[in-house]
Amino acid sequence: MTRGAPAILSLEDGSVFRGTSFGAPGETFGEAVFNTAMSGYQEVLTDPSYAGQIVTMTSPHQGNVGTNLEDPESVRVQVAGFAVREASRRASSWRSRRTLAEELAEANVVGIEGIDTRRLTLRLREAGAMRCAVSTQDLDPASLLARVRETSGMQGADLARSASTAQPYEARTLVGEVNSSASSVFRVAAYDFGMKRNILRLLADAGCETTVVPATTPAADVLQGGYDGVFLSNGPGDPAATTYGIDAARSLLGTLPVFGICLGHQLLALALGGRTFKMRFGHRGVNQPVRNTLTGRVEVTSHNHGFAVDPDGWPREGDRAETPAGGLELTHWNLNDGTLEGFRCLDVPAFSVQYHPEAAPGPHDSRFLFRTFRELMAA
Amino acid sequence: MPRRTDIERILVVGSGPIVIGQACEFDYSGTQACQVLLREGFHLSLVNSNPATIMTDPEFADRTYIEPLTAESVLSVIERERPDALLPTLGGQTALNVAVVLAASGDLDRLGVRLIGAGIEAIHRAEDRSGFQKAMQIAGLPIPRADTAHTVAEALAIGERIGFPLIVRPSFMLGGGGSGFAHDPAQLEALVSRSLEQSPTHEVLIEESVAGWKEFELEVMRDGADNAVVICSIENVDPMGVHTGDSITVAPAQTLTDREYQVMRDMALACIRAIGVETGGSNIQFAVDPRDGRIVLIEMNPRVSRSSALASKATGFPIAKIAALLAVGYRLDEITNDITGVTPAAFEPTLDYVVVKIPRFAFEKFSAADPTLTSTMKSVGEVMGIGRTFKEALGKAWRSLERDGADLGAWEGELKDPSMIGRLSTPTHDRLRLVESALRAGHGVDEVAAASSIDPWFVDQIAEVVEESLALQGKDVDGLTAEDLRSAKRAGLSDARIAVLTARSEAEVRARRASLGVVPVFKTVDTCAGEFPAQTPYHYSTYEEETEVRAAERPRVVIVGAGPNRIGQGIEFDYACVHAAYAVREAGYEAVMVNSNPETVSTDYDTSSRLYFEPVSEEDVLAVCEVERPIGVIVQLGGQTPLKLARALEQAGFPVLGTRPEAIDLAEDRGKFAELLRELQIPAPPHGEARTLQEARVIAARIGYPLVVRPSYVLGGRAMEIVYAEEELERFLTMAAEAGPDHPVLVDRFLEGAIEIDVDAISDGTDVFIGAVMEHIEEAGVHSGDSSCAIPPATLSDGELDEVERITTVLARRLDVRGLMNLQLAVKDERIWVLEANPRASRTVPFVSKVIGIPLAKLATMVLLGRTLAELEAEALLPGDPGHYRHLPYTAVKAAVLPFGRFPGVDTILGPEMKSTGEVMGIDPDPGWALAKALTASGSALPRTGTVFISVANRDKRSIVFAAKRLDQLGFQLAATRGTAGVLERAGITVERVTKVSEGSPSIVDRIAAGEIAMIINTPFGRAPRTDGYLIRTMAAKMGVPCITTVQGVMAALRGIEAMRDQAPEPKSLQEYHEHARAVAAQQQRLAFAGVGAVAERGRGWHGKRSHGPDPTPATNEQTEVQAQ
Ligand SMILES: Nc1ncnc2c1ncn2[C@@H]1O[C@H](COP(=O)(O)OP(=O)(O)O)[C@@H](O)[C@H]1O
Ligand SMILES: Nc1ncnc2c1ncn2[C@@H]1O[C@H](COP(=O)(O)OP(=O)(O)O)[C@@H](O)[C@H]1O
Ligand SMILES: [Mg+2]
Ligand SMILES: [Mg+2]
Repeated sequence: MTRGAPAILSLEDGSVFRGTSFGAPGETFGEAVFNTAMSGYQEVLTDPSYAGQIVTMTSPHQGNVGTNLEDPESVRVQVAGFAVREASRRASSWRSRRTLAEELAEANVVGIEGIDTRRLTLRLREAGAMRCAVSTQDLDPASLLARVRETSGMQGADLARSASTAQPYEARTLVGEVNSSASSVFRVAAYDFGMKRNILRLLADAGCETTVVPATTPAADVLQGGYDGVFLSNGPGDPAATTYGIDAARSLLGTLPVFGICLGHQLLALALGGRTFKMRFGHRGVNQPVRNTLTGRVEVTSHNHGFAVDPDGWPREGDRAETPAGGLELTHWNLNDGTLEGFRCLDVPAFSVQYHPEAAPGPHDSRFLFRTFRELMAA
Repeated sequence: MPRRTDIERILVVGSGPIVIGQACEFDYSGTQACQVLLREGFHLSLVNSNPATIMTDPEFADRTYIEPLTAESVLSVIERERPDALLPTLGGQTALNVAVVLAASGDLDRLGVRLIGAGIEAIHRAEDRSGFQKAMQIAGLPIPRADTAHTVAEALAIGERIGFPLIVRPSFMLGGGGSGFAHDPAQLEALVSRSLEQSPTHEVLIEESVAGWKEFELEVMRDGADNAVVICSIENVDPMGVHTGDSITVAPAQTLTDREYQVMRDMALACIRAIGVETGGSNIQFAVDPRDGRIVLIEMNPRVSRSSALASKATGFPIAKIAALLAVGYRLDEITNDITGVTPAAFEPTLDYVVVKIPRFAFEKFSAADPTLTSTMKSVGEVMGIGRTFKEALGKAWRSLERDGADLGAWEGELKDPSMIGRLSTPTHDRLRLVESALRAGHGVDEVAAASSIDPWFVDQIAEVVEESLALQGKDVDGLTAEDLRSAKRAGLSDARIAVLTARSEAEVRARRASLGVVPVFKTVDTCAGEFPAQTPYHYSTYEEETEVRAAERPRVVIVGAGPNRIGQGIEFDYACVHAAYAVREAGYEAVMVNSNPETVSTDYDTSSRLYFEPVSEEDVLAVCEVERPIGVIVQLGGQTPLKLARALEQAGFPVLGTRPEAIDLAEDRGKFAELLRELQIPAPPHGEARTLQEARVIAARIGYPLVVRPSYVLGGRAMEIVYAEEELERFLTMAAEAGPDHPVLVDRFLEGAIEIDVDAISDGTDVFIGAVMEHIEEAGVHSGDSSCAIPPATLSDGELDEVERITTVLARRLDVRGLMNLQLAVKDERIWVLEANPRASRTVPFVSKVIGIPLAKLATMVLLGRTLAELEAEALLPGDPGHYRHLPYTAVKAAVLPFGRFPGVDTILGPEMKSTGEVMGIDPDPGWALAKALTASGSALPRTGTVFISVANRDKRSIVFAAKRLDQLGFQLAATRGTAGVLERAGITVERVTKVSEGSPSIVDRIAAGEIAMIINTPFGRAPRTDGYLIRTMAAKMGVPCITTVQGVMAALRGIEAMRDQAPEPKSLQEYHEHARAVAAQQQRLAFAGVGAVAERGRGWHGKRSHGPDPTPATNEQTEVQAQ
């Protein structure tokens, strides 16, 4: 069996993984994170929230179904690098257009295969997300490690600005007309901090005519736009460093219904005077159990976050917290580790979740939240 | 919603004997459920007819009933136990169907018994195909075009409407029973008429065939609060049209995009809700059109299944255990995941490895059977391989099958075969090898994929394996670099395979690997792909960088399991291994289990201290020993498979506990063994070994016909035959087993009409404990695994038993047996002959243990760990009464269950080659009832009225007269063919003469087909193909008419029929039987001290009549009646 050129992956703690190159040759630096989803690598690769990260998939076979035209979550591959146990040379799916290797090469993204990804995952679990490099050029672990240690980490990184669209645009142009069966159509302004495409699809399904606006758009512009609601998208980087997002959220709160996902959720929390923190290794996968205290049900949810909202960032009693903008109900909890996964404001129309109800990849258990947003605008 | 408080007493229904389509996976699920329900403090009663199961061990329920799984007998248990709830979803289709009958009859309501797990409506919606169709249509879920029929006419009409090809699928069946494909009306008619018969509800689904599509399964769980999760996705490598049970399957699914997978998941959750399974697990099957991704639902099973057992082992998520907890009220988020110990069970396991399951078939035993794989299941067992990649897992699974040849590997002969591509389109158990051959022969991946309808991804993976092996072909092992070897191992090539490719020995390959440091590491199955630390050491090997085996606090003992279930080596051996694990742990060691069978209790992660899910092969077992460094290895409990490894283990420096390998060889090698018997002056059938036909003739002349002939080193009587004349001998040596210098054919005098005896004993080198002596009902010549037998022995005198025990003791000492030994003997002409000795656990160990109430395998393990029998007796773990098994105040009968129903056209006559897949037990104070129950449980219940057809070999004609008279007196009509009829009439018995097939119709075969015959007595003579006998027996099998083929069997059946005249006795639990037995044994001991001989009255023969050899027992009036002839 023919294998690619040698490549190495180096972690800031000094551990080294030797494998072979696939996708683009070269060298890349970023934060190493692992994702435990068994399907949906194309959605992961194209999710802007992974900007600046070198992603390893715990599932050993990647690329089995190649890549296609329907599944990307953004215009391009976003990850800084891709590390897998085995990249399939054969793409087998009636929809596939390219192999995984071709896709990465095309996007000029460095990949490494044949490494012990479980060992890598356990390292990240124990030591936390780490700075990392993959290289096919510098195969000397010592010198690569030295350069890894020079790079800056995620803490304090503002990446949403660059992940966002430069110009406002109509979602219609990307995902087609809104669901006309909806009784009335609502106009939504969606802040793009690195938004996944499926969010726009589901907003359209829920009968929302969405305008996507750049991350740094002042609240005033949105207020003048005659919108019925505001959506704060997911995105990469440290929420605390995304100050423009926080400011926008703060001034929009109470004036328009707000729905936030992932980074959007964190920004809303900060706008409400809350706190965010960097998790040890975060949640990345599609099997996270979240209890929705409003329904009592457990939803199996799709996650991708390295930061989280501190439930004790506000004075609180149980699930009730007090914020400058009034009462806050903590509505979603992660059953694995107790992370706060969602809340809703009681005195102003706003709610958000830390996980990804739009899935892609992942289960559809929480899609109904887009209807909830619609109802909030209708109320 | 915590534990329900409205339930205190629960009845669990098991799945009965191991049959094709329903194997020991239900012992695994049942055992898990029983354990957890007991722990939850419920009063638990259990009914199951299969004595070889762990779940029927007395400590797994408060009351354990070993009774037939008929509605009737389960009802009598319910009436006695008065449970609040019945849990039917863990005992496979059998339990489900019993529940359906009892619900329909109103008995459950009458007795205030609730069904938990799945309600009756849900069961109907899922199991009758029309109910399922409706439910799916209402829920708007896609299914193939189909309609249900209750008559052939309806079926044909539907066929016309939908168009051919079609598949016929009867309701409430298991393992695809009665289903099949029809390509035209004629085939449809034939199929439907049969499957209407078979379906309990006489309903069949006529459905558009989507054969060739991809087949998937999802294992779903739902709790009472409507939380639902998918535990595992399984993809079938073999496309639709091959039963999932016969398909090579992979977890997780490999060829779906997330988009497609999530649609399937949505459908699965919608399905379980639409069917309305309140709590528990369900198995949902899908077909996907590879051309456009169209998905249809095929079926759902509202219960744990074969696939859920596989899914549990594949993910580490114990589906059955959780299902039981959900059934008693818990919610998924209230149950913690044992493996992480911190996260809840409300989540979806994620795998960072690949699991491959391959079914194990037994076609070699049924020469007349059609090996084509269809929608009707034919496999008898399965293996699972875990690897970090598909190739690694596939390689492991393949070598776990223990088939001839070194795992996956094309035989050169095939490579030139032009018909290869054509043959790929017919699925058989060998198709994967064919795929590899085709690739090696240079056919492209796409060509092979198109021809086989196997997804190109899988074909390409196999192509990678082929490339790896070609890269090694002809290379010099010592020239191979670490890199070469690592990539070969990563492609799943076994050392044995590499040895073949490089023309060296497996040991040399291993040595080279070791010298280059290319050794496996061990990873952990943890349900979460490493996101959380795992508490349970459930490991598999792979060729990567980091090993996760934790240092152990205590010394380790490795228990080598039995590998896949197959005919001749089944669940009984897993039973013994599980007991060993328990005993080893109790003794303060860590029990390390190595096994590759996903259906078993031994591969449950909490049975042993550490589980290695690995092939039971030299390479893999040695690798485990290398990391575990055990103080000893137990190889004598898992049957022949681990026994074969004894020498290799010792050579590698790992001590084998118990009987030495030399002693094992001594007993296994028939030549050496014959020597030894001669030395000990123990009678054995005259014996010889032939390497040529000429030699065989000479031996035959010396010892005289009839003969038993077999190739050396066989299990389950493989390729073993009885030959009555020279032509047959020639045929055997030329065709059946071409003898050769290195593999001689063994020739023994066949002891015709002898009574066969089995003994299970434990020896510690000084003392020998006789577990029990079992007397077979069928005479010697029927493989011990296929014949029924009774404890206490029915016709043997105390004198004969003493002699049997003496021989057992002498042999155990001479072989220096440490641990278990099984001895097979035959009584003929007032002499006791030894047929064979197996210095290992036997098939009958669980049966004996259940009957005498003493866990033989557990005690044997204690002996292996250094305890003496004397100590065990002092601790009252062994009975003081040496005759304990003779004095049992009840009789237990073991009966075999045969798979002939699955193999139309295969002769059902029993012989020295084992054919049964499982066994059942009947137990009762009355021997007759014990037998009657056993036969009912085995599925061929004795009749109470009707016509009995008799046709016996000349040698049996006299002895049958007595039986015929009794049957006549009992009000049966008799029918016989000319010869037999004559004899009976001369004895003054009225009998209807029926015509043989040769004499034109309506022949006896037509009469059986017409259902006019209630029972058949047919003792064949010699082996003659396609005779009336053959036609009669095969038709009987088809119609499910009990067919008795030996005189002893007839005598026993009579006793059963007589017993059945009075109404069934109240069932008693095993716990009660054992209680009683202990009391009697204690009394015997007191009497022994007082110097009085045994007084307990033992059954003196089924009719105080032994039809061969002199009768030591006092004459009874039945006898005088016969002698009056
Ligand atoms: N419509 C169909 N077309 C082609 N094959 C089918 C169809 N329905 C079922 N099968 C095949 O028959 C097998 C057995 O059918 P199934 O209903 O699952 O039987 P069982 O209830 O015993 O599991 C399936 O595994 C599948 O391979
Ligand atoms: N010499 C013999 N006379 C009569 N029956 C025999 C003789 N040898 C073997 N058999 C029959 O063949 C069966 C299988 O033979 P056995 O040696 O036990 O093979 P296995 O090792 O497969 O159990 C026995 O159970 C017995 O019924
Ligand atoms: Mg099925
Ligand atoms: Mg035997």
